[in-house]
Amino acid sequence: MNVHATGGDVGKRSLSIIDALRELEGPLLPILHEIQAEFGHIPQESLPVIARELNLSRAEVHGVVTFYHDFRQQPAGRHVLKLCRAEACQSMGGDAVAERVKAMLGIDFHETTGDGAVTLEPVYCLGLCSCAPSAMLDGAVHGRLDPARAQALVEEARR
Amino acid sequence: MPLIREIDYGTPESRSEAMVTLTVDGREVTVPEGTSIMRASMEAGIEVPKLCATDMMDAFGSCRLCLVEIDGRNGTPASCTTPVAPGLVVRTQTERLKQIRRGVMELYISDHPLDCLTCAANGDCELQDMAGAVGLRDVRYGYEGENHIRARNNGEANPHWTPKDESNPYFAYDPSKCIVCSRCVRACEEVQGTFALTIEGRGFESRVSAGMHELFIDSECVSCGACVQACPTATLIEKSVIDIGQPEHSVVTTCAYCGVGCSFKAEMRGEELVRMVPWKDGKANRGHSCVKGRFAYGYSTHRDRILNPMIREKITDPWREVTWEEAYAHAASEFRRIQYQYGRDSIGGITSSRCTNEETYLVQKLVRAGFGNNNVDTCARVCHSPTGYGLGQAFGTSAGTQDFDSVEETDVVIIIGANPTDAHPVFGSRLKKRLRQGAKLIVIDPRRIELVSSPHIKAAHHLPLRPGTNVAVITALAHVIVTEGLSDERFIRERCDWAEFEDWAAFVSDPRYSPEATEALTGVPAEAVREAARLFATGGNGSIYYGLGVTEHSQGSTAVMAIANLAMVTGNIGRPGVGVNPLRGQNNVQGSCDMGSFPHELPGYRHISDDATRDVFEKMWGVTLNPEPGLRINNMLDAAVEGSFMGLYIQGEDILQSDPDTKHVSAGLAAMECVVVQDLFLNETARYAHVFLPGSTFLEKDGTFTNAERRINRVRRVMTPRNGFADWQVTQDLARAMGIDWNYSHPSEIMDEIAATTPSFANVSYDYLEEMGSVQWPCNDTHPQGSPIMHVDGFVRGKGKFIRTEYIATDEKTGPRFPLLLTTGRILSQYNVGAQTRRTDNVAWHAEDRLEIHPHDAENRGIRDGDWVRLASRSGETTLRALVTDRVATGVVYTTFHHPDTQANVITTDFSDWATNCPEFKVTAVQVAPSNGPSDWQLEYEDLSRKTRRIAGKLEAAE
Repeated sequence: MNVHATGGDVGKRSLSIIDALRELEGPLLPILHEIQAEFGHIPQESLPVIARELNLSRAEVHGVVTFYHDFRQQPAGRHVLKLCRAEACQSMGGDAVAERVKAMLGIDFHETTGDGAVTLEPVYCLGLCSCAPSAMLDGAVHGRLDPARAQALVEEARR
Repeated sequence: MPLIREIDYGTPESRSEAMVTLTVDGREVTVPEGTSIMRASMEAGIEVPKLCATDMMDAFGSCRLCLVEIDGRNGTPASCTTPVAPGLVVRTQTERLKQIRRGVMELYISDHPLDCLTCAANGDCELQDMAGAVGLRDVRYGYEGENHIRARNNGEANPHWTPKDESNPYFAYDPSKCIVCSRCVRACEEVQGTFALTIEGRGFESRVSAGMHELFIDSECVSCGACVQACPTATLIEKSVIDIGQPEHSVVTTCAYCGVGCSFKAEMRGEELVRMVPWKDGKANRGHSCVKGRFAYGYSTHRDRILNPMIREKITDPWREVTWEEAYAHAASEFRRIQYQYGRDSIGGITSSRCTNEETYLVQKLVRAGFGNNNVDTCARVCHSPTGYGLGQAFGTSAGTQDFDSVEETDVVIIIGANPTDAHPVFGSRLKKRLRQGAKLIVIDPRRIELVSSPHIKAAHHLPLRPGTNVAVITALAHVIVTEGLSDERFIRERCDWAEFEDWAAFVSDPRYSPEATEALTGVPAEAVREAARLFATGGNGSIYYGLGVTEHSQGSTAVMAIANLAMVTGNIGRPGVGVNPLRGQNNVQGSCDMGSFPHELPGYRHISDDATRDVFEKMWGVTLNPEPGLRINNMLDAAVEGSFMGLYIQGEDILQSDPDTKHVSAGLAAMECVVVQDLFLNETARYAHVFLPGSTFLEKDGTFTNAERRINRVRRVMTPRNGFADWQVTQDLARAMGIDWNYSHPSEIMDEIAATTPSFANVSYDYLEEMGSVQWPCNDTHPQGSPIMHVDGFVRGKGKFIRTEYIATDEKTGPRFPLLLTTGRILSQYNVGAQTRRTDNVAWHAEDRLEIHPHDAENRGIRDGDWVRLASRSGETTLRALVTDRVATGVVYTTFHHPDTQANVITTDFSDWATNCPEFKVTAVQVAPSNGPSDWQLEYEDLSRKTRRIAGKLEAAE
């Protein structure tokens, strides 16, 4: 979901997530995952809160968040379509699928459609090489894509 | 002296005692176990190419340049991360290694600008050096591909390019030159302990980021310069190097800011200072620095510096520039006139903790031998005089017991009334490093200082006591230790006076001193006190570090004694990792005390009434000394108001701004007939002066400073004094004008006189300091190498003395009119009264003094963050802007005293320590209210300031 939260609210909600997870060993990644689940992305305002509560610096938290591409710094569209760009999928026609999808959505990778419906992202291997080219829509994997199946996937996403 | 290029061994030294022998390129080398192959090679004189390694930080193994081959092992391991093993046969240069290294360098250079000739690091660039070392001749990848170098590629914006960050006043960050070796990030973490930097992104997108992709000035960066020092390229570089160019020679000297006494290389081009770089062989700082020592030296060439002597009849007259001879003659005749008219005791002198030992020694000599009285005092009066008294009573010496290296072996630390990360930053970093290794911390402070909770640092206990209740809290800690049977009886029986201990133990065991009984007055929960006491008594090596939050109280001396008791009862004296450590505020406050700056003490803390000591000096100086102690600063001021004290020679101290109850000080000064101020600037005190003698900076003279660990460090002249003379020469010329025959031609001769008269300095000489680098007193035939740790086999006074420490509340009490307690402190970027740091770009961080107030107290008064507030006490009032924060508890407000227009000391009272008159800066009952402008005092003062700072007649330039 695309949620725009206000500053103070982000701080409070972040804090309650941190409180629930802080006793874990190595709590930073689980906290970031929960925050992303809560807000749909990692709001910048939550970083200083996490840093303070875990006795880390803002820089350290920023370093971790930016290291993982899956941690979003902006909210995504309502659906996230990830196309595999790794070697196996490329060799099985992934490039053509990607071009088709981009044209249908009218956006490039890392972009979201104007209506906020779909965010398109590249992914480097879904572990589905035997069914290449593959994609993932909102966490569900789809294999053996061709332009037609890709079109079906996009239509499903746009709904 | 050529440019000092320190050897970089690549990885830190191993402390192991087991030795390992291996062969590197056919050379046998023996090193401690745990040493890296890289370091072992360097010890054998073989430099393995490297980029990400430096001996200030642990090995990282990312640059892939330091690879070596080891007989019998597969592959090409990185020499920085591979430890030595017995019998290894290592080759650092083979055909295979050459190929790999060139390949790696090609990759680096393919994404690095080729602007070496116009680059600020030209001549001091490790990337350049390594390209040369590996024989890079060609970059097969070309330079056209994706890069971080150009803002635009073929007319299109380059998404990888980031503009320069020049927000920090002292250094620039140019991401286009970064090779992502992570040295800056690791320096910030491991050396400084701030964690302000990170590598953001991953892969090709990796870049160094300050904070959350912020400008350096907005990030957590404290501008210590460790990252700049660590950077192998021009990515992070001093703006002064960009402006001036590379230095050509360097001189090792000692920083003139706080009592840590860091050693620096002053890197010069001619007489222009290019930069100050911390010296790795400096035993106090071990190659680290803070923003003040590293960067804030611009005051030395600031246009406000007064370079010609000046005189005037009345303080309302404008100043008139005169020749040195005229100034000396005027001051000398005035002092003699006053003595003739008002008696021999009617004049005195104040020595400076900012000046060298030699200069301080001369001023007190001038007073005792020249003025013929003992009216000499120093600013230590207002800071650590209780330390001198308290530790002198308990242990027999008036100084800290440890060296700074000792912190590396401590297990439990008590920080009380000190804020090392702001006021003693390099020690703060060394402490943080030990805390990250697992040492435990107890903070006793009304404020939540940075050490209570900051990245990777968490105090085990923070006891947020009410200002003024130190003695009650420390005694309660002792109560728990004694009554719970945690005393170190073996130590006490061996080292202390047992009868005195029993008396003291009975005293502290009284239920009246229990944490439960004192909770109501200290505000500290009893259970927290109990747990802290148990931790300190049972946690291993326990050390206590304290600052002015202990001494600047009406019970300052009592608190110091209570600290000494706590160290003795837990057996924490006389070995590394323990001890009682006063964090001295100024570069040479230890030295100024050692040099006999107090009215009752000759150099070496020997009482003026002691015939044998006086005899030594009388013979050396050829005079008869007055056996009666002279006046302290505040007594001089009182006597001035009464009309019996009329002349004062003040070297390098701004008593009007730094001493308590400004109105009292100004009344005293105004009553005097001849005030001689020797300083860099027309400071606040100079408004009441009749003679102004221009001072010189630490860069302009030779001498020694003694830091908080009793370390005597050399100060070396790196440039000609802009005023013409070093301060010791000025004092000597003034003395000569008074008819005293002094003929010192170099400070080393003054040190020889100090050594000849003062047993604890007996073996100190400039030649010996040259040989040793530095020594810690006592340095004599019993301790020829100096004394890193004191009281090793027994206390200097014989048996350690336990002293009863009855808590007596200060007379300064809150009430309906003044319900809040004000306490004062310092901030990292500014130093004391700010005379120096305010004249540098450090104002970028702290342009004004702010009043910290808790949100509840602020809300009650309708005060919002940033509002102007009126701060009033029984003594006076001032205005400043509020900073609403829960760093302070409710009922407590806090401010710094770096800016003269705030004049926090208009507020402070004239209550003082019962034993030493050290003012009670840390407790003042105040009221805070919204305000919309400066107080009457501030307006009046500004007017006076304008009137008293006029300079009329300028001398024609000598040439």
